[in-house]
Amino acid sequence: MKHLLDFEKPYIDLQRRLEELREQPEETDVPLDIGDEIRQLEEKIEAKKRELYSNLSAWQRVQLARHPQRPYSLDYINKTFSGFSELHGDRLFHDDHAIVAGFAMLGERRVMVVGTQKGRDTKENIKRNFGCAHPEGYRKALRIMGMANRFGLPIVCLIDTAGAYPGVAAEERHIAKAIAINLREMTLFSVPMISVVIGEGGSGGALGIGVSDRTLILENAYYSVISPEGCAAILWKDRAAAPQAAEALKITANDLHELNLVDEVVPEPLGGAHNDHNAMADTLRDALLRNLNELEQIDPEIRLQERYAKYRRHGKYIEG
Amino acid sequence: MVPPMADTPKKTLGLETVEPAVTPPTDVEPAIEKKPVSPGTSRKREIPQGLWTKCPECGEMIFDKELEENLKVCPHCTHHFPTTAWDRINALTEPESFQETEADMISVDTLEFTGTAAYADKLEKHKEKTGLKDAVITGIGRMGDHEVALGVMDFNFLGGSMGSVVGEKITRIIELATERRLPAIVISSSGGARMYEGMFSLMQLAKTSAAIAYHGRQGLPYLSVLTHPTTAGVMASYASLGDLIISEPKAMIGFAGPRVIKDTTQSELPEGFQTAEFLMERGLIDSIIDRTEMKARITEYLDYLCLNLKKG
Repeated sequence: MKHLLDFEKPYIDLQRRLEELREQPEETDVPLDIGDEIRQLEEKIEAKKRELYSNLSAWQRVQLARHPQRPYSLDYINKTFSGFSELHGDRLFHDDHAIVAGFAMLGERRVMVVGTQKGRDTKENIKRNFGCAHPEGYRKALRIMGMANRFGLPIVCLIDTAGAYPGVAAEERHIAKAIAINLREMTLFSVPMISVVIGEGGSGGALGIGVSDRTLILENAYYSVISPEGCAAILWKDRAAAPQAAEALKITANDLHELNLVDEVVPEPLGGAHNDHNAMADTLRDALLRNLNELEQIDPEIRLQERYAKYRRHGKYIEG
Repeated sequence: MVPPMADTPKKTLGLETVEPAVTPPTDVEPAIEKKPVSPGTSRKREIPQGLWTKCPECGEMIFDKELEENLKVCPHCTHHFPTTAWDRINALTEPESFQETEADMISVDTLEFTGTAAYADKLEKHKEKTGLKDAVITGIGRMGDHEVALGVMDFNFLGGSMGSVVGEKITRIIELATERRLPAIVISSSGGARMYEGMFSLMQLAKTSAAIAYHGRQGLPYLSVLTHPTTAGVMASYASLGDLIISEPKAMIGFAGPRVIKDTTQSELPEGFQTAEFLMERGLIDSIIDRTEMKARITEYLDYLCLNLKKG
């Protein structure tokens, strides 16, 4: 069954009617007016969708970013990329399935791809820990990115996590340090690096595989210092104020692009990425290849300087 | 079953309870507050108000002047009272040696953040309360024979939260250290990234870590000192990147807040969880040093780490 969001209802009712019409038994003498009605309905739905999706609130986009049918990292790895060959483990402790990594082809290019991975059902979510990585996930990512760097493979990171996992074991194995080390080391890798927020960009857990030459974000993804619920709980003393918090935090792709906090917004199919995985995967491939082409034109030393300068620019203050 | 959506909060392993780089600055005692002793309660004789402070740990009454002279460490049980950035700087650096940098940099309310309170109002209130411009003081000072680049956070200013100003000042002092080939020391005290500046705050994690990457690449030492409390975004960036990581005793140190962990995992937290001692036991920090010993011990560390730096 298709998962419906509240705000999708206005056109879903029309969609149902359209389906009913289409499902009428095919007869040789289909009256012409049904065909007309179908066409009219289709136009109406398209118009309704355009209106709806061009005016989404921050909170509605958060819901789209968390949509259970939204493509996850492995969906892109299998559709945007090809020939994925997964690599495992941090060589220290464990293979964290909340992060996947390995060799893949992007068009004609060989690259290294890393991504946080959510599960689609309970069983897979337990395996993937709902896409919330432990320290060993970040260490696996670093080990594999380090290898890519040594052998000159560009790195693409796909981000879709509510955050790094807040648990006792994660603290005991020093999740904070695992993220911090990634931030430091990813600054210094001399190969081209692109990160894409494909769904949820949950704070330090997202940034932990997010340092890059180009930061892309899908149209309905979000990237935030804290979850809207967490912010609402602290500042509004009420998790139900999450919609207000989402608005105040300026976490949508367009807001972040306006604030120069991301480099590019990748458009989604009408109605969101979950409506057409293949189209979304193709759009993302085009965006990745275009950025990769540009980055490869730049001298590695300059590219590193530009990467540093990019993060250096982030921040608003008055010198006084 | 579908994964949890926003409107269906989960009680177990879940997305909804994940609290990332921010920890609310709650249940932390405010910086040293004079607790005037009401006459006749603890002592028979009358005590002039404001001259004595009761140690919350051992219950002993401490003469305020003595407490100040002992760097706000209880002389009876070594309980570390909260202190201020300036007190730390004065205790660590040689007299008259500290030259502040970026002293006038101030935060701006770029997002025009209004929740239950406006960010702009909060800033004003904390400037007035603390006499500080933001949550970190940076500068160059001398410790023993060593010239050092120093950043000291102050928890009293908006819970030591890191927004653009904290990130920028830390980055600049590290860059200055790189340029002048100095060791760098950051003394942290922070609830994490500053929510009011949204993603600008998160990006300070990357910015400061990048500055440290280049400082380290020049063979220069960086020391991170953790004080109560150091959590979340600051722990996930410069506080965890020291060549040496030192903590004051019993400081609360962690990434996620204990309440969040408890809610997420639905399990009890181990004894002493997220204290300096807990971290040392697990091999995550180098040493725990009393505030009264901090200057001597850091200077000694620098004697080793800067041995070849001087010659170069």
